[in-house]
Amino acid sequence: MPVQDFEQLFQDKIDNEVKIEPKDWMPEAYRKTNIRQISQHAHSEIVGMLPEGNWISRAPSLKRKAILLAKVQDEAGHGLYLYSAAETLGMSREEMINDLHSGKAKYSSIFNYPTLTWADIGAIGWLVDGAAIMNQVMLTRTSYGPYARAMVRICKEESFHQRQGFEILLVLSRGTAAQKIMCQDAINRWWWPALMMFGPKDSESTNSDQSMKWKIKRKTNDELRQNFVDMIAEQIKTLGMKLPDDQLKWNAERKHYDFGEINWDEFWQVVKGNGPCNKQRLEARRKAWENGEWVREAAAAYAQKRADRQKDKAA
Amino acid sequence: MTNYLIDYTLHLADNALILGQRNAEWCGHGPVLEQDIAITNISLDLVGQARNFYQYAAELIHQSVDKSTHPATEDSLAYLRTEREFKNCLLVEQPNTDWAQTILRQFFFSNYQFLLYQELQKNNDTQLAAIAEKSLKEVTYHLRWSSEWVIRLGDGTAESHQRMLQAIDELWRYTGEIFTAADYEEEAGVDPSLFQPQWLNKVKEVFDEATLPVPEKTFMQSGGKTGTHTEHLGFILTELQYIQRAYPDSQW
Repeated sequence: MPVQDFEQLFQDKIDNEVKIEPKDWMPEAYRKTNIRQISQHAHSEIVGMLPEGNWISRAPSLKRKAILLAKVQDEAGHGLYLYSAAETLGMSREEMINDLHSGKAKYSSIFNYPTLTWADIGAIGWLVDGAAIMNQVMLTRTSYGPYARAMVRICKEESFHQRQGFEILLVLSRGTAAQKIMCQDAINRWWWPALMMFGPKDSESTNSDQSMKWKIKRKTNDELRQNFVDMIAEQIKTLGMKLPDDQLKWNAERKHYDFGEINWDEFWQVVKGNGPCNKQRLEARRKAWENGEWVREAAAAYAQKRADRQKDKAA
Repeated sequence: MTNYLIDYTLHLADNALILGQRNAEWCGHGPVLEQDIAITNISLDLVGQARNFYQYAAELIHQSVDKSTHPATEDSLAYLRTEREFKNCLLVEQPNTDWAQTILRQFFFSNYQFLLYQELQKNNDTQLAAIAEKSLKEVTYHLRWSSEWVIRLGDGTAESHQRMLQAIDELWRYTGEIFTAADYEEEAGVDPSLFQPQWLNKVKEVFDEATLPVPEKTFMQSGGKTGTHTEHLGFILTELQYIQRAYPDSQW
């Protein structure tokens, strides 16, 4: 069959909402885009463990410590499913990790911001996981089967995390004067970076059109961002806190909240590696990987010895 | 009347909390993703056990005549006691240093906890017995996981073997204290020296498969059970207790 026919067949499947599976024929660019996106997503889960992990040892109560441990462990689990989903496209986990460490692969820029106080753990759950869910709910219907199925599991846990984050802030917002200040301060610092998570404006986004046609994405960056603003602008009322945007206002005509302009210079600086923690995050990941090398080697050597012994026994 | 029981319950809680705190240091920094998840899971189990014991200790304190203005809670017991009041064994506060030391510390401790909780299930104190019974499933897994890793590292590469020898050299001296009963253990009717032979048998069995030597009798460090710790504990508590100390009387 000529390549055009394969392509037509492929696009027909997409148009008819039939999932693409690992052994199906797919255009090379579709494979590459999915590997890039799924591995980037997996890396984000793994790097995302660092800013939150930063507060496990200092969590303010045993209950909070247990919840945070479970949460960060969930993120590791998400990383695991996503690496597995990406591996079905023909790239090994080790290759993907090497690309992360070399700087070739990206991860979500949001994790290049520091967690300075306990309230940041609440703000990450509420705003960062909240923003991630917008994207992830859409991805449960993405065209690549293994990715869509991984997302269904992940979404369930993420919405739980978002509620936990909100609850951390709710307690602070009803607490002492110092706790209220801590709460507002965290919202001030995380709000704009959370909006940046949706990526460049549609007019500037390079990968969007093709990804929409292939139904890897089903909503544009700006649509998702608007949905997020609409949701958070309502939820913050319960906290009695403010979003740090003077231009935030309900627009009755659009039936959406209007909001101010993102600092795109900051956005691109963080993407380029100049965020407050880019260097530390990548170094922490590299260090964990390098320090673990002897452990992985030992496990492999032992597994080999065992296999050899069993072979000898069988012989 | 129940002072010894309070102390004993706190001892059990402190052991679980401090080891949970140590293991949690690996979260996000493990040698491979699956093991990052495993060690974090063990940490989570231990924090859960600590909570059960602290909650029970708080209840016992509440029942005792000595009622203070601030009622004891799981958090006041974990966050507002000082270095000299903690009753955990020295073993659990030792630093992670490397994966070999974390693994060996876990193996020594889980091996002990496994025997202890089996014993404690039969204790006259129904609450302690219930917590032990509930935790035993978790501990069974911790023991299996850590035994497998001791074997893998001992019988893995020359480097991993060497690191295990180093870990044994560091940690063996803290294993004697576990089996020397403090007064409160004796009064609670749990004599850990009784199951030391079983503990040692398990060590021999696992070390044998791991091609590691069991050390000869050496001098054993002690003091943790009665509040005389290594210098590490002060730093662990400084971090663990920071928020509660910096913002007293707040809800979180």
